[in-house]
Amino acid sequence: MTQESDLSCQGLVRRFGAHTAVDHVSLDVPAGAFFSILGPSGCGKTTLLRLLAGFDRPDEGEIRIRGQRMNEVPPNRRPVNMVFQHLALFPTMTVGDNIAYGLKRQKVPAAERRRRVAEVLEQVGLPGLADRNPQELSGGQRQRVALARCLVLRPTLLLLDEPLGALDLKLREQMKVELKHLQKAFGTTFVYITHDQSEAMVMSDQVAVMRAGRFEQVASPEQLYREPATPFVAGFVGDNNRLSGELVGLDAGLADVRLPDGTRVRGRLAGEAPAKGAPVALFVRPEALVLAGEALRPDYATVRTEVRTTLFDGANSRVEVRHGDQTLYARLPQDGSAPRLTEGSTLYLAWDPALARVFALGEP
Amino acid sequence: MKPSPMQQPFRTAVLILVWGWLLFLVLAPNLLVVGASVMSRDPARFLSLPLNLDAYRQLLDPLYLEVFLHSLYMAVMTTLACLLVGYPFAWALSRVGKQRQVLLVFLLIVPFWTNSLVRTYALKLILATNGLLNNALLALGWIDEPMKLLYTEGAVIIGLVYLLLPFMILPLYSVFDDLREELLMASHDLGAGRWATFAHVIVPLTLPGVLAGVMLVLLPAMGLFFVPDILGGSRNLLVGNVIKNQFLDARNWPFGAAASILLTLAMAFLLFAHKLSKRRLGEEGGA
Repeated sequence: MTQESDLSCQGLVRRFGAHTAVDHVSLDVPAGAFFSILGPSGCGKTTLLRLLAGFDRPDEGEIRIRGQRMNEVPPNRRPVNMVFQHLALFPTMTVGDNIAYGLKRQKVPAAERRRRVAEVLEQVGLPGLADRNPQELSGGQRQRVALARCLVLRPTLLLLDEPLGALDLKLREQMKVELKHLQKAFGTTFVYITHDQSEAMVMSDQVAVMRAGRFEQVASPEQLYREPATPFVAGFVGDNNRLSGELVGLDAGLADVRLPDGTRVRGRLAGEAPAKGAPVALFVRPEALVLAGEALRPDYATVRTEVRTTLFDGANSRVEVRHGDQTLYARLPQDGSAPRLTEGSTLYLAWDPALARVFALGEP
Repeated sequence: MKPSPMQQPFRTAVLILVWGWLLFLVLAPNLLVVGASVMSRDPARFLSLPLNLDAYRQLLDPLYLEVFLHSLYMAVMTTLACLLVGYPFAWALSRVGKQRQVLLVFLLIVPFWTNSLVRTYALKLILATNGLLNNALLALGWIDEPMKLLYTEGAVIIGLVYLLLPFMILPLYSVFDDLREELLMASHDLGAGRWATFAHVIVPLTLPGVLAGVMLVLLPAMGLFFVPDILGGSRNLLVGNVIKNQFLDARNWPFGAAASILLTLAMAFLLFAHKLSKRRLGEEGGA
């Protein structure tokens, strides 16, 4: 445990009856970091956040904020504030009163309160809106008020519980970038929970991928994308294709995999080497697949597939193909280089083995 | 949404029914009362011409003023008692499991199936000198001689609270049911303790329910004349008793009409205050 970490948890456990919602989670968030906890619904991330905020107590383990033990400290005495999923702005108060609420509880004098409210409104880009009612604001503006209401208290840690969920797609994209900028500007440590991998990837310095109460991997977004530690992470973070087969050989970290139809492909082996003949899964991203036509590159792995359909979506256009009974997606470049694909035609897909990941199966 | 042609006749019929109801059964009788209040008393035909404001002047008579004030006092005490019991009750009600909520609300409504006059007589049996309560306390040895409960101001207030409590609880239950847990957590998270959260978040958010409850209790509490008739003796009169007596016993219709208009105006004032408080709150936007 380093001295600079703002938040440090050791072996947190929270059980509800027979169900263990948070199962020995340890984490360390350095000061000023944007830390995301990413996981499907029901993975325990909300329970973990409630433990951090103080709305719930861990059955085991310890929570330290800047070295101070927090387990028994109630939410109103923790240097932690939270942006709630539905924002929870007080409808009976103006924007200014909402933001001043925490300052009033701290008995900050009225003059300083006004100054700090005006200052934080300026910082979040809503100058002069103090006298409005929250109901009169747009979704994006309300987000910023909820953020300002917490940041004005200068918390050590700001927790965010999927606050972008209620926004429409376009605004959400915009707010992702804005949240990241605001976090850098304020320098506050953010702990953000979400089930949306794109939110976590765009904004975070570090992402913890959570599943069934445990952290599967804690890494930077790029590392998660390039070096997923488990099949779950490989499948959950970003789009990925999965090919099942069996291991037939190993050569300098590269695994030779035989697919059910006999095709041999290669990818980098992740983790411990399993025995030959062990079932493995090879993950290769749609953007790593090259439409090879007939001209195959010798060092690339190649599979023969049958075109099912093309999915046009601008820069994200993809082609859906079948290899045996496994479905694959490949990115379709929109620079005119892609061949015309008709349903049922044969398409060779190739990839650099260094960009594919092979996992031994058998463990969950 | 634009109604389809099929809905049009139905819509018209409903509107005619509603407006007809309001015109003939609400507006017309009220206008008759206003008319009666500015006419003169007539022993033979109840009402006669010269129009004048004598009835309203009579309202200011110290004798009646005292009755009004005493009635208002009992109604206010009733309202406060209902609020004191109803507020925590509604709060607790909104926090128990959904199935139990349905059961409890049902139990709250069950008494309405019995006529309130009958229930008031039942209360008389409990409160009487030789009644259930006194006998029970005597048997337990908590008191040595029966207390005088019946025909007191307290008995009237107990009766009014008993009859009107559900009208306080139901609107309060509705606002507590809408109170989102997240707001209380946010308050706690921002540094507020229980008391500050109650004073600054819960009370403002439940105020519309409090005002609705006060409206449903305070004014009826001044009008339920049969409660003092049964439980209160001759000294603890309500405005309702005055109005009833003027129409049925004293045969002074203009004065009775003026007194009932006073109640109507008080009701209008409370409605206005309620609306104002709701507008300040606005409709909660967002999720």
